[in-house]
Amino acid sequence: MARRPKYKGIDHLSPVDRVVVGLMIAIPTLLVLWLVWLPAIASVLLSFTNWDGIGPISGAKVIGLKNYSDVVNIYPPFWPAVQHNLIWLAALFLVATPFGLFLAVLLDRELRGSRVFQTAIYLPVVLSLALIGFIWQLIYSRDQGLINQVTGSTIDWYGDQRYNLWAALLAASWRHVGYIMLLYLAGLKGVDPSLREAARVDGASERTTFFRVVFPVMAPINMIVIVVTVIEALRAFDLVWVINKGRNGLELISTLVTSNIVGEASRIGFGSAMATIMLIVSSVFVALYLRVMMKEQR
Amino acid sequence: MTRHASEADYLASLVPPSVRGVSRRTLLRGAVGAGTLFAAPALLAACGGDSGSSGGGKATGTVTLGSNQSDAVPKAAVQAVVDAFQKANSGLTVKVNTIDHNTFQENINNYLQGSPDDVFTWFSGYRMRFFASKSLAGDVSDVWKNLQGMSDALKKASTGDDGKQYFVPSTYYPWAVFYRKSVFAKYGYQAPKTLDELKSLGAQMKKDGLVPIAFGDKDGWPAMGTFDQLNLRINGYDFHVSLMAGKEPWNSDKVKKVFDTWAGLLDLHQPDSLGRTWQEAAQALQQKKAGTYILGSFVAQQFKAGAEQEDLDFFNFPEIDSNIGADAIDAPIDGYMMSKRPKNQAGAAKLLGYLGSADAQNLAVKADPSVIATSDKADQSAYTPLQKKSVEFVKQAKSIAQFLDRDTRPDFASTVMIPAIQSFIKNPKDVDGLVNTIEKQKQSIFAS
Repeated sequence: MARRPKYKGIDHLSPVDRVVVGLMIAIPTLLVLWLVWLPAIASVLLSFTNWDGIGPISGAKVIGLKNYSDVVNIYPPFWPAVQHNLIWLAALFLVATPFGLFLAVLLDRELRGSRVFQTAIYLPVVLSLALIGFIWQLIYSRDQGLINQVTGSTIDWYGDQRYNLWAALLAASWRHVGYIMLLYLAGLKGVDPSLREAARVDGASERTTFFRVVFPVMAPINMIVIVVTVIEALRAFDLVWVINKGRNGLELISTLVTSNIVGEASRIGFGSAMATIMLIVSSVFVALYLRVMMKEQR
Repeated sequence: MTRHASEADYLASLVPPSVRGVSRRTLLRGAVGAGTLFAAPALLAACGGDSGSSGGGKATGTVTLGSNQSDAVPKAAVQAVVDAFQKANSGLTVKVNTIDHNTFQENINNYLQGSPDDVFTWFSGYRMRFFASKSLAGDVSDVWKNLQGMSDALKKASTGDDGKQYFVPSTYYPWAVFYRKSVFAKYGYQAPKTLDELKSLGAQMKKDGLVPIAFGDKDGWPAMGTFDQLNLRINGYDFHVSLMAGKEPWNSDKVKKVFDTWAGLLDLHQPDSLGRTWQEAAQALQQKKAGTYILGSFVAQQFKAGAEQEDLDFFNFPEIDSNIGADAIDAPIDGYMMSKRPKNQAGAAKLLGYLGSADAQNLAVKADPSVIATSDKADQSAYTPLQKKSVEFVKQAKSIAQFLDRDTRPDFASTVMIPAIQSFIKNPKDVDGLVNTIEKQKQSIFAS
């Protein structure tokens, strides 16, 4: 093996190395600018125009905030979509995430067959949401589905807007639980066993140990889980798109953006306005997250 | 990528292949452009399918044909026509690129601005004229010079705003109320002539344990057909045209009356319609669980050829207002268009000429007997009874509309009317609120 000289800072790098390092910084930066920032800024700018996606963009007229006022005031699916996104967030946050944590705690106790359970619960995470939508279709289908075959009911789980949001949420949670379980399981394995022992010596009960000692120690994981949950709720899209293109009780902001922009409607400006609203909402969460992370690092 | 990632790339593609060459600059321009927002829709469009082909400006070579006829029966019909064309023109090969019907329709803007196939399936109506006026479609006036047996009405339906033809009609099909003869005979039903007769027939069917009107609106467009029928009967053809053109207010009493009348019929419709596709609803009719179904004659695709299709019959949607009558119908025309700059123009023109001919249409309607040929020269002796009746039915109609989503702006049809009609089906009580929201959105969209 060749002996390498000790690294003494950038001044000591050979010109070739400097170029390599430069490229290693420049290329990812350019990619991020190009794939993330440019489209994001372009969306925001487009949201002030009435571009129909046909012909050069110079043909678009700037119409100020009209798209935004239309979205909020006269576009009937918008407010249900906001409501559904909030329900989605609440359900993931209050039901799916705690349930994932609960499963992680159970599995962390090294029960017999815990590996099998672990795999079984994690399995849906590997599947795409589109596929999950299809799998659950087999269960929910009005005429051929498992539920209706077994119970003899004729409820149209995906078609009836009284049920379809909850049916979709159950399918989404099925996947989310596995994801959260794995994150917490990793977190729990990382907790220093001596902390638990110390708590036990001090006479703390199982429950107190968990809530007072183990859970607070996992603070970084908690933060990640919160962010993951919020992001999952905001970007919920594939599942409902597979079910019915986000219509009829399954409106979500993301599906409205897509059906306005991508479909033959091509209301690029109008759809961009909704995309921008989504961007602002997500930025709030991202900013909160970054603030907490920065504080911790200091 | 088979489709262009950006406007720059698209513009580059307009240069003929012989001049273009592949320079590094073209690649670079494409790459830079791809970073802008054009990337997202174009990437999605790229999933649409492969459209690569070779061939210069000769009358031989390969012609690409983009087809939205993805259902089994019409797909076979396209293939039958293409095979016959290739047989007759040994120098030409046609590469059929079939794309799922709904996907094709939804990606049409990106498709046409990317590298569309030389010839592609489309419909007559507002959107055909719209693409022509946006320079996304090729002028086929020369093809029309040699077309025979096409009526003036068809020519008008194929003409863009600039007076040139952009569309070659192939087949069409009427919308009506379909039923099975055996079911009507078994219970002694008569085809209703008025709305009241329709209602009492529905009530009788309910007593007999049938769903009076099969109904499925999961995809959002089939219910537009019901709206059209009611609107044509209550307000007439001229009103339909102005309403679709955005010239009439949607919150007028006339439109309200359409929705109110529909609300009175809704309990005759098959329930839970928003989770059901038209195919599933058609099967309710086919399985004799439903008495009637308001749909286009393509409903026959869900019936087995032969005895089962011969059992299928239809009647005109009954008269509602005797001043308006019942002589206006929906009969959308399907056909073909040429892309703006086909890679094989001579071949494309030849193919289009053939597609508009009686020979090609004979094959098409034979393979898919749920539609009828547009050419007068087409051989009607081989028609099924249903096709013969369709021809009669279309002939007796005084005015022929296309269809709600073909007669109006696509953005209005898909982002306003689909959610509006679905919300009406969910909650038929708030018609006032409904028509007001439609009108507000219409004003905003038609103003842009």
